[in-house]
Amino acid sequence: MARPVLEMRSISKTFPGVKALSEVNLTVGTGEVHAVCGENGAGKSTLMKVLSGVHPHGSYEGEIYFEGEPCRFRDIRASEQRGIVIIHQELALVPYLSVAENIFLGNEHATRGVISWHRTLTHAAALIRQVGLDESPHTRIADLGVGKQQLVEIAKALAKKVKLLILDEPTAALNDEDSRKLLDLILELKAQGISCILISHKLNEIARVADSVTVLRDGRTIETIAIGPDGISEERIIRGMVGRDLEHRYPERAPQIGEVAFEIDGWSVQHPIDHRRRVVDGASLNVRRGEIVGVAGLMGAGRTELAMSVFGRSYGRWTGGRVRLHGREIRTRTVPEAIGHGIAYVTEDRKQLGLNLGDDISRNISLSALGKVARRGWVDRHEEARIAESFRRTMSIKAPSVFAETGKLSGGNQQKVVLSKWIFAEPEVLILDEPTRGIDIGAKAEIYTVVAELAAQGKAVLVISSELPELLGLCDRIYTMAEGRITGEVPRADATQESLMRLMTMSAAYPDKQV
Amino acid sequence: MAQIETTPKTAPSTPETARRSSAGAVLARALRGNLRQYGMLVALALIVLLFQFWTDGILLQPLNITNLIQQNGYILILAIGMMIVIIAGHIDLSVGSLAAFVGAAAAVMMVEHRMPWPVALVAALLIGALAGAWQGFWIAYLGIPSFIVTLAGMLLFRGGTQILLQGQSVAPFPKGFQNISSGFLPAVGPHTDYHNLTLLLGLSVLAVAILQEVRGRRRAASYGLEPLPAGLFLVKLGAITASVVAFTLLLASYHGVPIVLLILGVLLVGFGYVMRNSILGRHTYAIGGNEAAARLSGVKSKRVVFLAFVNMGVLAALAGLVFAARLNAGTPQAGINFELEAIAAAFIGGASASGGVGTVLGALTGGLVLGVLNNGMSLVGVGTDYQQVIKGLVLLAAVGFDVYNKRKAGA
Repeated sequence: MARPVLEMRSISKTFPGVKALSEVNLTVGTGEVHAVCGENGAGKSTLMKVLSGVHPHGSYEGEIYFEGEPCRFRDIRASEQRGIVIIHQELALVPYLSVAENIFLGNEHATRGVISWHRTLTHAAALIRQVGLDESPHTRIADLGVGKQQLVEIAKALAKKVKLLILDEPTAALNDEDSRKLLDLILELKAQGISCILISHKLNEIARVADSVTVLRDGRTIETIAIGPDGISEERIIRGMVGRDLEHRYPERAPQIGEVAFEIDGWSVQHPIDHRRRVVDGASLNVRRGEIVGVAGLMGAGRTELAMSVFGRSYGRWTGGRVRLHGREIRTRTVPEAIGHGIAYVTEDRKQLGLNLGDDISRNISLSALGKVARRGWVDRHEEARIAESFRRTMSIKAPSVFAETGKLSGGNQQKVVLSKWIFAEPEVLILDEPTRGIDIGAKAEIYTVVAELAAQGKAVLVISSELPELLGLCDRIYTMAEGRITGEVPRADATQESLMRLMTMSAAYPDKQV
Repeated sequence: MAQIETTPKTAPSTPETARRSSAGAVLARALRGNLRQYGMLVALALIVLLFQFWTDGILLQPLNITNLIQQNGYILILAIGMMIVIIAGHIDLSVGSLAAFVGAAAAVMMVEHRMPWPVALVAALLIGALAGAWQGFWIAYLGIPSFIVTLAGMLLFRGGTQILLQGQSVAPFPKGFQNISSGFLPAVGPHTDYHNLTLLLGLSVLAVAILQEVRGRRRAASYGLEPLPAGLFLVKLGAITASVVAFTLLLASYHGVPIVLLILGVLLVGFGYVMRNSILGRHTYAIGGNEAAARLSGVKSKRVVFLAFVNMGVLAALAGLVFAARLNAGTPQAGINFELEAIAAAFIGGASASGGVGTVLGALTGGLVLGVLNNGMSLVGVGTDYQQVIKGLVLLAAVGFDVYNKRKAGA
């Protein structure tokens, strides 16, 4: 390996009551692309926050050497001055400023506080060319797609004379083509001598651009693997990440599948602002009683939009399509109508759309069916607390009491509260959107068990997920979506990750690509 | 991401640890849990004690207490409605103008058109409801920010007041109407040194309060919550008893319970119960806390917001009537800056600027903090210039303290 540009030695970081990192080592060679993988909560983000100075020197143990010199960063500015720049998953761009203004935000070309537009624009134009962005420096960020915004972020990093670029899940929100462009850019920057830390879950990406990979689990370094010319053993990385075999994470089921309970027929939705965009295009699917049906698709495939539109037209503009319950057409034009027909939608975004974080567990659980614990408009708080307590026990929500604020729970426990809320509404059809996103393995397994139980009770369950192993482990049948259309329907027995991925990436422009 | 997922690993306290921990620790924990609510009550008590000492005991004299209630009644009424609007995540800047407008309308009805005062009163409350519905319509159904709609309302109703009154005061009102603000419960029964009905009322309030506390304690135990230790619970009951008895005797040794206090009591109990125990109240908190989540849970958010503004309109009308009755005139300058006092009261009393948090009792507490400060500072001769400076600092300190606490708790 080349001389290390970065060495992090036995980094430990403790939050009140929790050891987030213990004795983590990370060494990145000069001009190397180094991947860091690990499940959610493994400590990747915390490690990067230590490196970039978000957690300042003194709040952690261990040592950081950058280009051979010890570093004690007080804040992000300090690390950026040394040439360490982090690009977060949520991009830090101002939507109504131009590309050029964003590139030099906080780092302006100015003389005594007056911006020199000449220097700003010429330098911006050069950087834009360097990252392969085909846009004018005057374009507003809001008018760019996510892929191009990502390139602006990299240009911004280059403007800061970056030596070590940290990318946190850079392709999570990108389509395949944009992802490929971004990965190519990383390799190009590497050729120019810029080192890179790439945090990613996508093993094929890692195989393509990374020179070595460090696997983290539970705040510890598991191993660092150099990637040779033959590529890497994905199995080895996966084993390192999860630390146990994949097979046992899913509950055993003996599905009792009945008649068709829930049908969506020819559903179409336009984008709420841009009416030319068809976000969902004539989607049809059905779920039987006692069946768990998956919907696979990449970001932007229209899965969440389909579900939310069916659930009380909560997204975009409906332009056509019908919903049937037990063969009878039903109206779901408002959320109360949808709930009234026994449909529940468990959102992918529990913090923004699922919970009232300032309120306690019991009131969050009862919210969607308050009428069940009320008489003539008055809530029976005793009954409400009793029911919440029974959910706390059966769902094993870890909290001191049902009066604990949901905002203070961990992701997994929050998800259990959201799920409890909808189970309490006693729906016949449950639409679960990314039910295990951002939660730890233990909580995942518990949620899978709950989902399996719901199906065993005869409910129709639709699971939207980006994790293919999850769909394969849980579902009886899987639909795939791409560009707003249902591109395939595969029974569990015939489905593999590869076959699903082929359907998920099927472009409408080349329908003959179907295998 | 890691710290979000892993922070709240504090072990649930078992009964054993509860029994072992000292009373002080339990008290500290109980206080911490309800810091904002108890905190403000404690602050109010301290301010009262401070001025009681400073004014050589004038503050808590029966006459002054009665004055304090009658001087602040209309602000407290507004504060209740404002608290609900703020809980729903909105604001209402028009309430001062609306109070003036309704007061003016009532004056015109009673003085110029010789309407019987009860009819005028009901009509005035209806006008308030209509004005609230007007603003609620723009805010809830057309999605125009409440700040702008009610800023427009502030101008609209102020102008309307001036048009109605032609720039002049309209007076005087019938005695019955004036009593809303300056009347007392009637004196009945045998002659004692105290006001009989007031004693009776005080006793029943005490009985209900103790009953509620005992029931609450029994219920807490049945949820597996750690109840206050028996000793502390008795202390709490003692404190409640002492304050209710003292307050009752204070009032009973003068003219008895002012009608305004009766109105406030009914509003406190009624709205307190609605906000805590009704589906509508619960939905108000849910919308203010996270509107998107509430909507996806089937809450009809537009209707709830609309009703919050209708209610605010009615309460603004009531406040306007109480104020007009106190002045015994409808005047074009009535209600100026009332909206600011009411908003300040709500925030001092524990409302959150982002919505979803607050209680009706808090609104009253906040309003009383401001009222006692006004009254106390006037008594010791602080000029209104310095009074404003101090009230401004108190508002900032109360909210700043809350933000600081939240950050500490969330870190």
